[in-house]
Amino acid sequence: MIGIDAFGGYGGLILIGLMAMVTLVTRFGGVWIMSFIPISRRVESFINAMSGSVLIAILVPVAVEGDSAARLALLATAAVMLATRRTMPAIAAGIVTAAGWRFLFG
Amino acid sequence: MTAIVTPELTVRGTWAGFWRLLPLSLFVVAFGLAFGLAAVQTGLSPAETVLMSMTVFAGTAQFAALDLWEGQVPVFTLLVTTFAINARHLLMGASLYPWLRKLPIGKRYASILVLSDANWAMTLNDFQGGHSRNLGLLLGGGIALWCTWMTGTLLGMAGGSAIAEPEVFGLDMVMGCFMLAMALGGRKNARMITAWLVGGLAALSAYLWLPANTHVVIGALAGGLVGVFWLEGER
Repeated sequence: MIGIDAFGGYGGLILIGLMAMVTLVTRFGGVWIMSFIPISRRVESFINAMSGSVLIAILVPVAVEGDSAARLALLATAAVMLATRRTMPAIAAGIVTAAGWRFLFG
Repeated sequence: MTAIVTPELTVRGTWAGFWRLLPLSLFVVAFGLAFGLAAVQTGLSPAETVLMSMTVFAGTAQFAALDLWEGQVPVFTLLVTTFAINARHLLMGASLYPWLRKLPIGKRYASILVLSDANWAMTLNDFQGGHSRNLGLLLGGGIALWCTWMTGTLLGMAGGSAIAEPEVFGLDMVMGCFMLAMALGGRKNARMITAWLVGGLAALSAYLWLPANTHVVIGALAGGLVGVFWLEGER
């Protein structure tokens, strides 16, 4: 425990400094660790499959916890993206769907 | 497997990256605003709020910190939570390593200083698709996100609630839809789709049954395992 008023009132700032350091370790750490691992075809294949899965994993709570508008928004984005392969229209379709659904049924 | 080209990190490319991500970054103002507002309500001083957005620059972890912020802050819990939420950066950085390794150490680490979900996803998409080798998209895009995150934080602290209910306009879905568009914009083959399914199911299980904030890392590693056993070009 650190009191936020500890260290002459600097306790909170010290905690934030520690948070920033931990976060920087996560930003630098992946690249740093990889510099010890020889890049084989298998490692490259792992990285490649893993990076796509990061995106999907980030979306899981949105799909699970989100309301119907949120889920339909993801569906709309997916549909437009697969049909047109253009990012901006796909995102726009998602936002319009979410806003529209909430306006009509929310 | 496509040949890995040497990326470029130039001032000009960084500037181009800044402008390319600025439109999307503008939505980040709304989230920064919510954070600034919540930080003031939690009782953080203006110096603390600004320092956190400036140096931590990771929205989810910052909101989680506010939940733990009381007279006595459990340091270990705070730092473990920060690490768990931001551990996805480890994987995101690692995914860029095949390109970053071709650069000198200084440029390598300078470019990931402002690594964040949106600029990472866009840069990786460019690199994997062979669309561009501008690493300035990662740095410049990160700077754009950082600027808008700071702007939002400051506005929120000032008590501005210009967009009190972003979800009415669907704005809460901007990042989610962006991430999905990035995923679907990449290469799609049976191997990648299997990785998504395995990763998605693992993330879902972790989200439901494992400790909080572990789902991204678990899902990503599970998806990565598919790649270990199923190499590109094999059937």
